[in-house]
Amino acid sequence: MDFNTIMSEFFYCLIGAVFILTGLKALKDDTLACRSLTAAFWFILAAVFMAGPYLPAWISGAAILVLALLTGFGKVKPSKGAGLDADQSRKEADRLGNKIFIPVVSLALIALLAASFLPFGASNAIGISGVLSLAIAFFITKAPSRSATDEGARLMDNVGVTGILPQLLAALGAVFTAAGVGDVISGAASAVIPEGNLFIAVLVYCAGMALFTAVMGNGFGAFSVITVGIGMPFLIARGGDPAIVGVLGLTAGYCGTLLTPMAANFNIMPAALLEMKNKYGIIKAQLPVAVVMFAIHVALMYFWAF
Amino acid sequence: MEAMKLIGIVIVIIGFILKKDTIATVVIAGVATGLVSGMSFIEVLDILGKSFITQRVATVFVLTLPAIGICERYGLKEKAVDLIRRTKNMTTGKVITLYQVLRALGAAFSLRLSGHPQFVRPLISPMAHGAAVVKYGSVDEESEDEIKGYCAASDNFGNFYAQLCFMGAAGTMLIVSTLTEQGCELDALRVSLCAIPIALISIVVGAVHNHLLDKRLDKKHSAAGPET
Repeated sequence: MDFNTIMSEFFYCLIGAVFILTGLKALKDDTLACRSLTAAFWFILAAVFMAGPYLPAWISGAAILVLALLTGFGKVKPSKGAGLDADQSRKEADRLGNKIFIPVVSLALIALLAASFLPFGASNAIGISGVLSLAIAFFITKAPSRSATDEGARLMDNVGVTGILPQLLAALGAVFTAAGVGDVISGAASAVIPEGNLFIAVLVYCAGMALFTAVMGNGFGAFSVITVGIGMPFLIARGGDPAIVGVLGLTAGYCGTLLTPMAANFNIMPAALLEMKNKYGIIKAQLPVAVVMFAIHVALMYFWAF
Repeated sequence: MEAMKLIGIVIVIIGFILKKDTIATVVIAGVATGLVSGMSFIEVLDILGKSFITQRVATVFVLTLPAIGICERYGLKEKAVDLIRRTKNMTTGKVITLYQVLRALGAAFSLRLSGHPQFVRPLISPMAHGAAVVKYGSVDEESEDEIKGYCAASDNFGNFYAQLCFMGAAGTMLIVSTLTEQGCELDALRVSLCAIPIALISIVVGAVHNHLLDKRLDKKHSAAGPET
């Protein structure tokens, strides 16, 4: 193992520790009916993160299957714990002032600097910035040392099981590729995309992202399907820059999110929250921006990625 | 049959539409796709497990949670509210644009805000409506609804188009993981830098959109209400 890999494995063990803490927090909550199964979810996930590389891969695969069974049957629930106390936060805000923004800004800044100037790779840079910013947060707030574990577990529980969705979708993409799903989609898409016509290819990819995102209500799910099927063979394989195609592909998908009632937590629930007369009023307000942004995405990808 | 291989996509679409558990939906889609295309059950588990392990990088955002959690407890949201409150004498459209800019900055710095309940409902929507009342005396129900829609929309614009600017964002890591799994060479730094132009463009488009709202309100209410 080279040094960067060792460092990554160290960070994955830290992530595993956060999962274990989240599980322990669930175990402590006697009001939670399925607390042992909830804890089991987090402990199994932690085991995969920490020990996965040293075990046969199918064991990790089987563990993922167990995780899916647990969430599928609704056995993984957020547990109660110390929530935020608005009075305390207000008092601390007055005491600390704008200094409270420093750790948050340093999260992004240190990651950027570490990725640019240190030889450890971009993903380790995020880990480095997480650890250093935590130290800065302690220094500024003078928080008791146990807040690192308490707050980490609180937020992890907030994010919930869908936090592993991006990772899982990448794995789904790998299965699709091994099974040749991409070839089937690209076979169908090649009927629409004239040979060598990059503009139509860009248009079909962005439209596919927007459409699939609108139908599924979720851009991440659409990304693994459409990028494997259309983005790879028709754009990246023809010389498109993967980072630009990927970024604009996902945000082109978000243009679809702005137009769909399927994305209820962004478009429908806030309308109820704001007591709007027209429950589609947010989508109506978003329509012109979504259309303009979509056109800009197509143009930008066509001129910038190639 | 080749088309049968698309069963996984059908499962994902149906599962997401029916709001079934996302984790279970994705895993079932993967297993079904593998089995239909002739892999053995163990082979499917092997591919799933192997790629889940190599793509653990998609979950590194967890390492940013303790620092963010502490900042939240020590008044992060309260200071953000203070910052917005300090603005006075702004038009409705400008209030909304200012919020979109702050929301985009927040997304780019990885703040995990749920903007609608935390900011739009208690702060932005009343401020935008208040600005219109100050300027026009009163606004009719239709305009009030429209202003609310624009406020909620600005949260989505800021959140969606700027979130990939953060290296550790879930979306950024999804792009890195999915494309490295497909054999491309790219890292989170480059992806996050490539996300900056569209984030800036979205702010310009949003500002124009909100400016047009101001113009429309001006026109509609110019006959009534106090002079500006």
